[in-house]
Amino acid sequence: MQLASMPFNEIRLDRMSRAFGALNALREITLSIRKGEFIALLGPSGCGKSTALNCIAGLLSTTGGGIYIDDKRIDQFKPEDRGFGMVFQNYALFPHMSVRKNIGFGLKMRGRPQSEIDIKVEEAIALVRLQGHADKLPGQLSGGQQQRVAIARAIVIEPPLVLMDEPLSNLDAKLRLEMRAEIRRIHNQMKATTIYVTHDQDEALSLADRIVVLRDGVIRQVGTPHELYEKPAHLDVAEFMGFRNRFAGKVISREGDRATVSAGSFSVSGTVVGALQPGASAVLAVRPDDVMLAEQASGGVPVTVDTIEYRGREYVGIARTGDGVEIVFHADRAPAQGGAVALSIDPARALIFGA
Amino acid sequence: MAMSHSTPMEAKSLRQKLALRGIDGVTLLVLPSVIFVLAIFIYPFFYGLMLSFSPMREGGMFANYAAFFSDPYLYNTIGATLRLAIPVTILSVAFAVPVAMRVRLMKRQRLLTTILVLPITLGTVLVAQGMLNYLGPQGWFSRTLMLIGLVDSPVKLTNNYWGVFLSLVVTVFPFTFLLTLSYVTGIDPALEKAAATHGASSWQRFRHVMLPLLVPGLAIAFCLTFVQAFAVFPSAVLLGAPSGPTRVISIAAAQAAFEQYDFTMASAIAMIMGVVQLCIVLIVLVVRNLFYRGATSGGKG
Amino acid sequence: MIRDTSIGAKLWITAVWAVTIFFVLNVLAIIATVIVSSLGTRWLGTWLPNAFTFNWYASAWREFQLGPVLFVTFQIAFTVVALSGLLGVTAAYAMARRDFPGKRLIMLLFLLPLLVPPITFGIPLATVLYQFNVGGTFWGVVLANLVPTVPFVILVMIPFIEQIDPKVEAAARVFGAGTFKLFVYVLMPMLIPGILAALLLVLVRTVAMFELTFLTAGPTSQTLVVSLYYAVFASGVRAVQSIDAMAVIYMVSTLVWLLVALRFVNPTQIVARGNQSSAAH
Repeated sequence: MQLASMPFNEIRLDRMSRAFGALNALREITLSIRKGEFIALLGPSGCGKSTALNCIAGLLSTTGGGIYIDDKRIDQFKPEDRGFGMVFQNYALFPHMSVRKNIGFGLKMRGRPQSEIDIKVEEAIALVRLQGHADKLPGQLSGGQQQRVAIARAIVIEPPLVLMDEPLSNLDAKLRLEMRAEIRRIHNQMKATTIYVTHDQDEALSLADRIVVLRDGVIRQVGTPHELYEKPAHLDVAEFMGFRNRFAGKVISREGDRATVSAGSFSVSGTVVGALQPGASAVLAVRPDDVMLAEQASGGVPVTVDTIEYRGREYVGIARTGDGVEIVFHADRAPAQGGAVALSIDPARALIFGA
Repeated sequence: MAMSHSTPMEAKSLRQKLALRGIDGVTLLVLPSVIFVLAIFIYPFFYGLMLSFSPMREGGMFANYAAFFSDPYLYNTIGATLRLAIPVTILSVAFAVPVAMRVRLMKRQRLLTTILVLPITLGTVLVAQGMLNYLGPQGWFSRTLMLIGLVDSPVKLTNNYWGVFLSLVVTVFPFTFLLTLSYVTGIDPALEKAAATHGASSWQRFRHVMLPLLVPGLAIAFCLTFVQAFAVFPSAVLLGAPSGPTRVISIAAAQAAFEQYDFTMASAIAMIMGVVQLCIVLIVLVVRNLFYRGATSGGKG
Repeated sequence: MIRDTSIGAKLWITAVWAVTIFFVLNVLAIIATVIVSSLGTRWLGTWLPNAFTFNWYASAWREFQLGPVLFVTFQIAFTVVALSGLLGVTAAYAMARRDFPGKRLIMLLFLLPLLVPPITFGIPLATVLYQFNVGGTFWGVVLANLVPTVPFVILVMIPFIEQIDPKVEAAARVFGAGTFKLFVYVLMPMLIPGILAALLLVLVRTVAMFELTFLTAGPTSQTLVVSLYYAVFASGVRAVQSIDAMAVIYMVSTLVWLLVALRFVNPTQIVARGNQSSAAH
């Protein structure tokens, strides 16, 4: 039985788990995905994101929980009966079939009439802009073109869900940006519900409607790119979102959601995430672009400049406090290397997490 | 690699020219082996070919070949050998594919592959000797069949066609299987996953993805298996009826050489043997070229 | 990988395993028959012999003069191993590291002796060897056995050498190693596992090579497997158990090396490595 092109409202993971022996690769993942939504599963390697994708595809069996399309439970279905489309990391194009045959594969397996297959494949080829390559074998195509074939093959069957497993990781930097825009364009046009696995936060931020951050098989945070970027709920999510500077210390005072952390020889103010009382150990995290040179030496954190690099529009420097804590900062003018300066940290954009 | 500092100018430039084409001291290391193969493999082959055209018997250049094709006791050996080799080859390949498809999913293949490598390593003589006991009228095989009640009296499986057939299967199937296994495991597993997620059932995955990718390898496996089976010799003598239905072509060649001491005739028979093998191999390769050949992985590079 | 739990699939899987197990059982039974028979006093019309004894080994040793035969067998085998190692590894190095005109042709030249069965090329080869008066001698048998083993070593070693980054060699040269030192200190240590595996397989192949040795050996240059053939061929003259005892000795002399070799290679590679390159095109 096929689920393809079945009308549905949401796909729901209900406490989906997967253990490999004693190792829990996925622990009770619960998530609902609306029709047409683009979800990015983001996390470092080994966090369980590929395991999750393979479980959803049916390539791995789950060891607990369920997967539902609306109220229909599908986690006992074989992969070929789920009717999903998938883009594999190394594309997994059938090397013995032409581009046209590769794209038409899913339709052929579903026993659609050849006339219908021809029309749909032609549309898909146009959608991914591969006209003129239809009769080539995958081996004759460039990496980016192979990628387009893989995407076309997955969406031509009009699946309820398209799964993408780090599809851009094999491309060089320039092509990666190009294909990212391409995936965005195709998604806007087709509105196919998509789960996209990646370890690259830029990809996740630029593509997804919602991002799911996984770590050690557990969902750490779910939110829109904006929410995750501005309000990471945990320190490890913040690290993923570019909060490079981190100071461990103790909360010395708190007023509303503003608090001050003392980190050795200096203290910094920031915004508290969660409940932290004065005296608790905490980590203050801030992005390099929210650390600037202070106008007056008295107002900021006194540091010595280690290195300074010109980045075109501005300077990026690395400095060190008296205790040797490293701080990366941005500046619109170049301070002298080895010189003593003060850095100011925007309290609204510095976040304090419990340690 | 073999550059020396005192090389004269003009010699050096010649050396540089050769090096540009990839020929230098390192390349020359290949020469001893090339000369060896030319002298001990290629030369004897042509020597044998020439020898087969200078017969010890009357009747001009082609007398040996004429004699072979006019004497049913000789030319029938081709048919007898093909009757053994072709069924054994087809059987081996036909069984090797499904078994290899299962075994590739096994985590601990090592024990099975080690057991299967035994008959290849021990060789045809030992297998023939073991089968004389095992398949003989008092052997375990007949005893077991009688115990189960499948037969009433011992089955005759030695000193006839079936003895040789079975011993060929025992030595040749593991070879075909291990070869097939290496092809099957060479196919990127992601391709099968991709086929499954795009709706192909297990039979469709095999039919449309695995089989087309396997055909080139299977053709090679078929050829190598056939060539081995066609060269059957010790088991045809020891387990078969060497003057009857299992009088294979190698027996005819060995008799010409070591019983009649007619090396010209023996060479002629060896050449005929080679030509028949070549014909079957060519047929298989022509058929194979009708199929896809190339990479068996689905990614770039 | 992908689970298939339908009844049809289960039946099919069961059938495939049944055939495989049946085959493996028969192979093991064939080997076991030989061993049991060699240890039995009398074995007629029963499942197992009446009583067990080691006496057949002593009598086989005497009757078939296994001492000298084994000595000759290993003398031949180790000579073949040494020569095919020397010729094969050097040629494999050149083939792996250089691209030169005619390389494909030379590759084909090395493939042919592995693809043509020994009995086919053995007869003309034996003729030539007898012509040059080496037929029937120790060196005749060695030369004949080198025909498939030299290409075998080459084909096993080429991928092994290719996987060693040429930059490692370049680095050794930059730091002052000459060709000889490069080989002794850098290449050899990295190649040892491959060479050892290849040579052990050559040893197994030579001990078990019946056809070529049969065609080229004289009375003083027979190896164990050829003696075994003649003993089985003339069975009736000697007791079956005695021949079986000889067969067991042959088995042990082959399998010991196989077991050692299997520590270094996967069984699949024993058949596949040599033929892989031919499979590419």
